[in-house]
Amino acid sequence: MTRLSGGLIDRKAPLGFTFNGKTYQGFQGDTLASALLANGVQLVGRSFKYHRPRGIFTAGSEEPNALVTLRSGARAEPNTRATVAELFAGLEARSQNHIGPLEHDLMAVNDLLSPFFAAGFYYKTFMWPRAFWERLYEPAIRRAAGLGALSTLPDPDTYDKGFLHCDLLVIGGGATGLSAALTAARAGAEVILADEDFRFGGRLLAESDLLDGAPATDWVDRTCAELAAMPNVRLMPRTTVFGTYDHGIFGAVQRVADHLPDPTGQVRQTLWRITAKRSVLAAGAIERHIPFADNDRPGIMLAGAMRAYANRWAAAPVRKSGDPVAIFTNGDDGHRTALDLLAKGVPVLGVIDTRPAVAAFGAYQVFSGGTVTGTKGRHGLTAIEITRNGQSSWHNVGALGVAGGWNPNVHLASHHRGRPVWDNDLLAFVPGADGPKGMFPAGAARGKGGTHAALTDGMEMAIAALSDIGVSASPIALPDTPDTPAKQSAYWYVPAKKRAWVDFQNDVTVKDITLSHTENMRSVEHLKRWTTLGMATDQGKTSNISALAVMADLTGATIPETGTTIFRPPYTGVSLSVLGGGDTGHHFRPRRLTPTHHWATAQGAEFTEVGQWMRASYFPRAGETHWRQSVDREVLTVRHDVGLCDVTTLGKIDVQGADAAEFLNRIYSNMMGTLKVGMVRYGLMLREDGHLYDDGTCARLGVDHFVVTTTTANAGAVYRNMEFAHQCLWPELDVQLISTTDAWAQIAVAGPKSRALLQRIVDGFDLSNEAFPFMACAELTICGGLRARLFRISFSGELAYEIAVPARYGHALMERLMHVGADLGATPYGTEALAVLRIEKGHAAGAELNGQTTALMLGLGKMVSPKKDSIGAVMSRREGLAQERRRLVGLMPVEPQSQIPAGSHLFTKGTTQNMETDQGWVTSSCYSPYLNSYIALGFLEDGDTRMGEVITAANPLEGQSFEAKVVPTHFVDPEGGRLRD
Amino acid sequence: MLIPHPLLGLRDSQEFTYLGDASLMNRPDPSAVTAEADFCDYVFLRDNPAGVHRELWFHEQGDRSWLIVTRNTLTHEILGAELARDLPARGAK
Repeated sequence: MTRLSGGLIDRKAPLGFTFNGKTYQGFQGDTLASALLANGVQLVGRSFKYHRPRGIFTAGSEEPNALVTLRSGARAEPNTRATVAELFAGLEARSQNHIGPLEHDLMAVNDLLSPFFAAGFYYKTFMWPRAFWERLYEPAIRRAAGLGALSTLPDPDTYDKGFLHCDLLVIGGGATGLSAALTAARAGAEVILADEDFRFGGRLLAESDLLDGAPATDWVDRTCAELAAMPNVRLMPRTTVFGTYDHGIFGAVQRVADHLPDPTGQVRQTLWRITAKRSVLAAGAIERHIPFADNDRPGIMLAGAMRAYANRWAAAPVRKSGDPVAIFTNGDDGHRTALDLLAKGVPVLGVIDTRPAVAAFGAYQVFSGGTVTGTKGRHGLTAIEITRNGQSSWHNVGALGVAGGWNPNVHLASHHRGRPVWDNDLLAFVPGADGPKGMFPAGAARGKGGTHAALTDGMEMAIAALSDIGVSASPIALPDTPDTPAKQSAYWYVPAKKRAWVDFQNDVTVKDITLSHTENMRSVEHLKRWTTLGMATDQGKTSNISALAVMADLTGATIPETGTTIFRPPYTGVSLSVLGGGDTGHHFRPRRLTPTHHWATAQGAEFTEVGQWMRASYFPRAGETHWRQSVDREVLTVRHDVGLCDVTTLGKIDVQGADAAEFLNRIYSNMMGTLKVGMVRYGLMLREDGHLYDDGTCARLGVDHFVVTTTTANAGAVYRNMEFAHQCLWPELDVQLISTTDAWAQIAVAGPKSRALLQRIVDGFDLSNEAFPFMACAELTICGGLRARLFRISFSGELAYEIAVPARYGHALMERLMHVGADLGATPYGTEALAVLRIEKGHAAGAELNGQTTALMLGLGKMVSPKKDSIGAVMSRREGLAQERRRLVGLMPVEPQSQIPAGSHLFTKGTTQNMETDQGWVTSSCYSPYLNSYIALGFLEDGDTRMGEVITAANPLEGQSFEAKVVPTHFVDPEGGRLRD
Repeated sequence: MLIPHPLLGLRDSQEFTYLGDASLMNRPDPSAVTAEADFCDYVFLRDNPAGVHRELWFHEQGDRSWLIVTRNTLTHEILGAELARDLPARGAK
């Protein structure tokens, strides 16, 4: 054990966990990383490309190395940073990217082959032959160079999403963020404070600075308690604000139950969409390292992380208690680590400081003007080579801290193409003035990283942000703390013959950057793509700036001249599950149920999805073993007796107003204004480009009152377009529209006995052919006073009606019709039978109105009235559409029991089949039980003049070819006598 | 994005359906000699400016108003929103 004294862990709450199957113990308050370190575990993974042994490098979400798979089975979560994984009892963690045990990775051979894996190796090596890429190279690379594997099992947990609004969003709960939040909260503003950590405090938890002479946690706890008690504040720990979006909208993931041993029954994570009037970016800073030879061994980590592990988690970063630690720094900051380690009783070999003539701040040795030029230790650091004035010597150490300065964490400030700008005094990029509107970077995130400076800046930026929205905030009393301005220095890397890693996650070394430069990749964007620097899970948080510095050194230009890279969302990885927000399976989109859905379910109906609707497709009866048996029976019932079908899903739009008739004249291609009250007319709608858009019926219930129906699929879009026509094209017309699709249940009552059936439920309404002829409509009452609408329209070609009642009575109406119609043979039918009936009658549906067809092609050219303007009328007459020769025809296969598949292409019999001779296609196809034959509809060139001709329908995909006779589209009752009876 | 609805205040863009260039309100005169060419332009040709753009949004999950939103396509800055029906009537008469 290398556990130290103190720290912010609860020693009364020990937690057992496993890493690669071995059992360890940590405490409440540990992360997986701190618990592993406290158990002397340095080696936690293998690198991406060379499979080099790697250890924990940071103490936060910027971690490039310590990627592990948490949990097992369906909950296995790969590529999780051990540095942010909150420890819980029974946590299972496994290392990734190795074959065989972690200590003896068989893929480590890649390290010996490293000359072949240099910059651009993907591009150079796997160029050709082309076919090898998919079959050979990519699978091999994916196996060898990789991250963790997905479980491939469905995610067992539930997720949620939510919306939040606030005056001020404070991103980051360290010194800056707490001070900003407290300032804003006391001013009465609505404040959200979010931090990715499970405990607020940020670096205050990691440093040994005192606030008002007491441990910083005293002030942090007091502040959090005050904030938590205020109704205008929402504290969101374990919440990563991952993206800045337009107009002050932020994406955030709250890890609600990730830290619980068993998340069952809880929301696992919540996706928040936070709309903030202003924001304070208090995301702190990320420490940078100094590349040197063999700088990637386990045991080498950022010096600031070392302080965090020692102070917050009471863990020494060595494998064996008592092993000495060295610090390699280019500034004062590294010395703080030496002091804190000494205070915790960790032996310190000394501080290697690149600056000449630096004095120690305490009882440790300083190697002034020194650099680290080599390391040893296969699975963990054992020795380092220190070089001073050309003299090198080896020293045994158990760990090495590296302090290269701090980079403001500008990530979220650069999401809107906000370009970070170089601060020559700070020697770092800070957020630029063109960042996201309303965002105020503060504290270390803009280079004001001292504790005093951060506290002050947080307060001031909160006051400034609130002042922007007219809220006056006053300065608050800040705790007293010594200001320790740390001057950063420009020592970027130690030149070396051996490999010196810049980007640990992608195995990019100084050599790779040099090679890339030699190969003329001079733009930083090219460098990134040639070397893969800055990619994958950490997105170069610890490497981008160091790489720029190396590049600048090669070009002789300054760093800002060399360029910068901006970041894109997300700040850290966001799981697809939480982006889905729990909308999986049937929750992916709403399911709309018809008024008779539950009734149909009770009848044993099979359902099909039509848009969002669930519609009964057929109603199997006992003994029916094949869907065709049910459908054939339903079709014949309609032809011989009476069938009932829920057609509620058809869109219904109520159109009222003095100009309603004129408005509909402009919406429909055919004349609608002449429609008599109490009558229904079939109507066509075109797109403005002249193609067919939708069809349906239009019923005139009164002089100023029409009811329009649309197809199920287009119900929403037709309504939207009608509102467009009304509000944007002809606002002067007195007309009002409302969608009533959901308000009315509508049932088709079809078949020779439909009149007899309806007669039994209407309240003394005269249904005789004379009083209520084909295409009549009326408002009436049924069943003793229930208001209803009746339309004598027919999709099946039989005597038929559609009856509408308020939606809540739909179920009861269906039951009543079935009950009173039992002796007439009343039978429910579904969408399958509906389709057969309409194909038998040659009525167009979705397959014929597919957006590429015209009224002319349907044989309905006369329905585009030349006497008036309507949407699409002008363009329907253009060349190309007016000369269209394909017409809708019926097709009877010469062999009646052969089904011609929809989509088959039509050819003159005997011709070669190619694009030039193609004469059309089959749109709809079904078996007609009435004709005892398969039948089809299709568009055929000059089809209207080819009746009786036998043509070929070919389905080259299946190698099928059929002979079919061209017939009129009305397979049943071509004279239309039945529906007018 | 947030859209400043003239009647309902700031609304989330998720409540809206986007259509496109507000020039779609300028439906050509169908009786003009050049009607076919005019409609061809109207239906198929749009400017696609990098910068300020007047465009049509439908408040589908709201009050079903068609709005003309003036948006900078480079920055997504919204410079204003007005009710389409409040604009002087135009198009075919």
